[in-house]
Amino acid sequence: MVESLRFRDATLAKRVVEKIRKLASNVGAVKICHVCGTHEWTITHFGLRSLLPSNVEVIAGPGCPVCIVPASEFDESIQLALKGLVVTCFGDVLRVPGSKMSLLDAKAEGADVRVVYGVGDAVKMAEKEKEKDFVFFAVGFETTAPSTAVEVVKKPPENLSFLVCHRVIPPAMKLLVEMKDLSLNGFIAPGHVSTIIGVKPYEVFPEVYGMPTVVAGFEPLDVLFGVYMILKQLSEGKPRLENEYVRAVRPEGNVKAQELMREVFEVVDANWRGLGVIPSSTFKLREEYEGFDARLRHNPKVYGAVDIQPGCKCHLVIIGKIKPTECPLFMKACTPQKPVGPCMVSSEGTCQIWAKADKTVS
Amino acid sequence: MGKLLWLVFRSFERNGFICVAVHVGVMAMCLAIPAKVVEVKGDGARVDFGEGVLREVNVMLVDAKMGDYVLVHAGYAIQVLSEEEALETLRLWNEILDAAEA
Repeated sequence: MVESLRFRDATLAKRVVEKIRKLASNVGAVKICHVCGTHEWTITHFGLRSLLPSNVEVIAGPGCPVCIVPASEFDESIQLALKGLVVTCFGDVLRVPGSKMSLLDAKAEGADVRVVYGVGDAVKMAEKEKEKDFVFFAVGFETTAPSTAVEVVKKPPENLSFLVCHRVIPPAMKLLVEMKDLSLNGFIAPGHVSTIIGVKPYEVFPEVYGMPTVVAGFEPLDVLFGVYMILKQLSEGKPRLENEYVRAVRPEGNVKAQELMREVFEVVDANWRGLGVIPSSTFKLREEYEGFDARLRHNPKVYGAVDIQPGCKCHLVIIGKIKPTECPLFMKACTPQKPVGPCMVSSEGTCQIWAKADKTVS
Repeated sequence: MGKLLWLVFRSFERNGFICVAVHVGVMAMCLAIPAKVVEVKGDGARVDFGEGVLREVNVMLVDAKMGDYVLVHAGYAIQVLSEEEALETLRLWNEILDAAEA
């Protein structure tokens, strides 16, 4: 069944690139922004930028959920860990710098910090070790938030609370469109976030801002067709919302997950590292679940958090204003082994993806 | 049937397999990985990431049956993949490309 491997078929890719080139010749300079670390990985890993014509640029927006959590929230988790609580977190989070140290540094100082595969593991640990107090450091976009909601609804053990640091992506996309100096012409919307939220939250972009928006998957051909669809819309002068990733994204999204999230969380304003406060962009546990809110239960106090370390350009990389290679620290003072900013720590951070890719493709 | 998604899922392996390793070991955040449901038990299911990597995941967020392919993120299935739509996408792509050459 040769047909089946077509999602990575080189011949198809060549043909779609030809079509992209043809379309690009009559649309002028185009800047397309994606907002997902996994898209950046596909684009960089498969060298897709090198296939695109010179007037079509694809930039990486704030698609790394670890990178955009401000230092203040890392400081909270570190403070709780140093206070003697067991902090459970995703592996990506461990080495991200807070203001003065990372969770890994706290662990080195004797704090009990444990990497988990998902929130379910934190629940299991808390059930097993009843004498200890556990905190789950809940980071992630709408892809991850439903799993936190699942465990909160299921009534977790009393000795577990949640430091909720989830973020919602569409408000950040709105911020990007409104940044006039970024002058975007189209969005590749994040496929996995969309499996949960569906396509409706993106309607505003073509309708209000005239931005072609395509929900795309993560195979190289998905991304190339995403670019093609955006260029097609631009050349026709008819911006609209399209879904390329139909095999995983239903128009309505995952309704069960949405209901659970609504049940557990309310949406409030939040600070994003490098971006400032974005209205209605994070979740907070609702009143009936606030007994599980680590902030209320353990009261961490953080003052004067430092989001950007001296010399670090993560705040510009996060919004795609500069490429990692334009940061003076990139692969000099800041490497995956010794990261200065969050974009170099997370496997979804633009800097780390570029650092690990073959230099000839980036 | 089922073969297409199996191969889509296998095609993930060349680098995707490293991702599975990353995923099971050191979690990468927004990544979701296709897996085949081998057994469903209440809110949990045993899924196969390929090459014998089996893991228990939570399926509370989806209606998954044995034999379905699900997208797994951080131990939770977040969506059931549609084989019909996967085939339709391939058909559409070919249609677009053939139209270009006509």
